[in-house]
Amino acid sequence: MLTAGDVSAMVRGPQVHRDVYTSQQVYDLEMRHLFVNTWVFVGHESQTPHKGDYYTTQIGAQPVIQVRHGDGEIKVLHNRCPHKGTKIAIDRSGNTGKFFRCPYHAWSFKTDGCLLAIPLKKGYQDTELNKTENAKGMKAVGAVRVYRGFVFARLADEGISFEDYFGDSLSSIDNTVDRSPAGRLEVAGPPLRYMHQCNWKMLVENQTDTCHPMVAHESSAGTAVGIWKEMGNPEPRPPAMEIIAPFMSPYEFFENMGIRTWPNGHGHTGVNHSIHSEYSEVPGYFPALSEAYGEQRAKEILNENRHNTVYFPNIMIKGPIQQLRNFIPLGPDRTLVESYIYRLVDAPDELLARTAMYNRMINAPTSIVGHDDLEMYERAQEGLVSNGLEWVDIQRLMTGVEDYSEEVVENGTTERQMRNQFDAWVKFMTVSMGTA
Amino acid sequence: MLDKAADVTKDQVVDFIYDEARMLDEGRYDEWLALWLPDGHYWMPLDYKQTDPHLVTSLLYEDNFMLRLRVERLNGARTFSQKPKSRCHHVIQRPFIDEFTPERIVTNTSMHYVETRLDEQFLLALVATHELRVVEGQLRIANKRVDLLNSDAAFGSIQLLP
Ligand SMILES: [Fe+2]
Repeated sequence: MLTAGDVSAMVRGPQVHRDVYTSQQVYDLEMRHLFVNTWVFVGHESQTPHKGDYYTTQIGAQPVIQVRHGDGEIKVLHNRCPHKGTKIAIDRSGNTGKFFRCPYHAWSFKTDGCLLAIPLKKGYQDTELNKTENAKGMKAVGAVRVYRGFVFARLADEGISFEDYFGDSLSSIDNTVDRSPAGRLEVAGPPLRYMHQCNWKMLVENQTDTCHPMVAHESSAGTAVGIWKEMGNPEPRPPAMEIIAPFMSPYEFFENMGIRTWPNGHGHTGVNHSIHSEYSEVPGYFPALSEAYGEQRAKEILNENRHNTVYFPNIMIKGPIQQLRNFIPLGPDRTLVESYIYRLVDAPDELLARTAMYNRMINAPTSIVGHDDLEMYERAQEGLVSNGLEWVDIQRLMTGVEDYSEEVVENGTTERQMRNQFDAWVKFMTVSMGTA
Repeated sequence: MLDKAADVTKDQVVDFIYDEARMLDEGRYDEWLALWLPDGHYWMPLDYKQTDPHLVTSLLYEDNFMLRLRVERLNGARTFSQKPKSRCHHVIQRPFIDEFTPERIVTNTSMHYVETRLDEQFLLALVATHELRVVEGQLRIANKRVDLLNSDAAFGSIQLLP
């Protein structure tokens, strides 16, 4: 059994041991500690707009239900009957009315999880059921927080508060939502679901890996640029050029774009500009935003063009296009990536159309850019088996001791955000492991 | 319904659908691209019975530029996800011809599509809906829609085209 000391020793600043990507034991500890102690994304409140609406998902490996309770609040419950363990909800979403009813023996529960009724209850007279936790009903997770529509939960009953955990990184969610003249997002359709035979952390790291696009995506973005030239650079450019071509931007572009890191493993690329900066204007949008916030504020909102914001441990959001990607760990070498898009309420449809286009062009199992990335992850997962070297290097632009409890902005090609994630990884893995 | 749409017969329509599948299996992409009308779209919905290609995500909704990019990329020197290359195989049922007018021909074709690379192989069951038009005596693809039976499932990479 690995100790807290063993886990800490797998991360030594500029390098991490390959076991963090390949070991079943490490994965099991991540499920038992990391995904229990951190605040993990559950869903968006617009997925459960009405009382009794629910949606099923998982936090780490834990099956959970997000449900709108009778008082209008969102609850997050473990998706397990306290009787024999049957999953209460199997479909991805639905409306359960005023209560959940287990399909096996009809135990029923209020939508906050409290036990409502057991058929033939006299069978439990003079038993000890009432002294057990099972008699309370469907267990709720440790803590839930809905932030501007995004639902996060902490499985652990005790631990870091939502505010302390996310701090100023919430500014990326703010900018995403502020882009709606109504200050509100709505989920738009089901997510893309793309299965990756690699460790979930490779995907999270790649969100701020700015030295790979012009290499790994030369095949798609480079070919796009080539075809456009061959056509005589027609304007308006084909939509694919607006979305895919910026991946071929030179190193200087990514160096100057900047990376910001926040405490607890959060960070983002695109401090100064990003691959989303040059998107064409959508008629009617700026006037609508100005009407809602005033012209000055509207400009401020749109001048923020953050590229990828990582919310540790396992989501990424793109503010300028209202996309969220959830990297769901299914095993040391298996990750399900769900990519959601959201509508900016009261904004023109063209914005959502561009976001839907981005999602399918870049993040679908049928996307050529997705193929480029997945090939790299899966080759890495296979290569890490090699005993030739046991350490993975993440020290680009690390020139001294770094303090990850500080917010900093650095050159956009630094791997500091990856180091920042591993610093948080050790912290939230070991905080509940004891010192034995 | 007429027996004859402009200058083609129903048999020619059926042969056209078979020929297209064979071009994809044999990787004859230049010929395949030439089948398309310039403003056509290849649509693969994400949601079962999806009606809108624009405001929700699809697996594919590709114009001529994207289709050309997709097939040119397959042969790129630095297309690492195609080293080694994928191969595909269509088994198709005889198409139903649902519409057959001088303006528009619509077919509905059930297929099993198999794609393979390295040691992996997967099977997709699907229905392809082709909207065809006759231009200068030739059948051309105006639009193609591919509905996967399990469109809402989690997939690994699907690199070639059903
Ligand atoms: Fe990439």
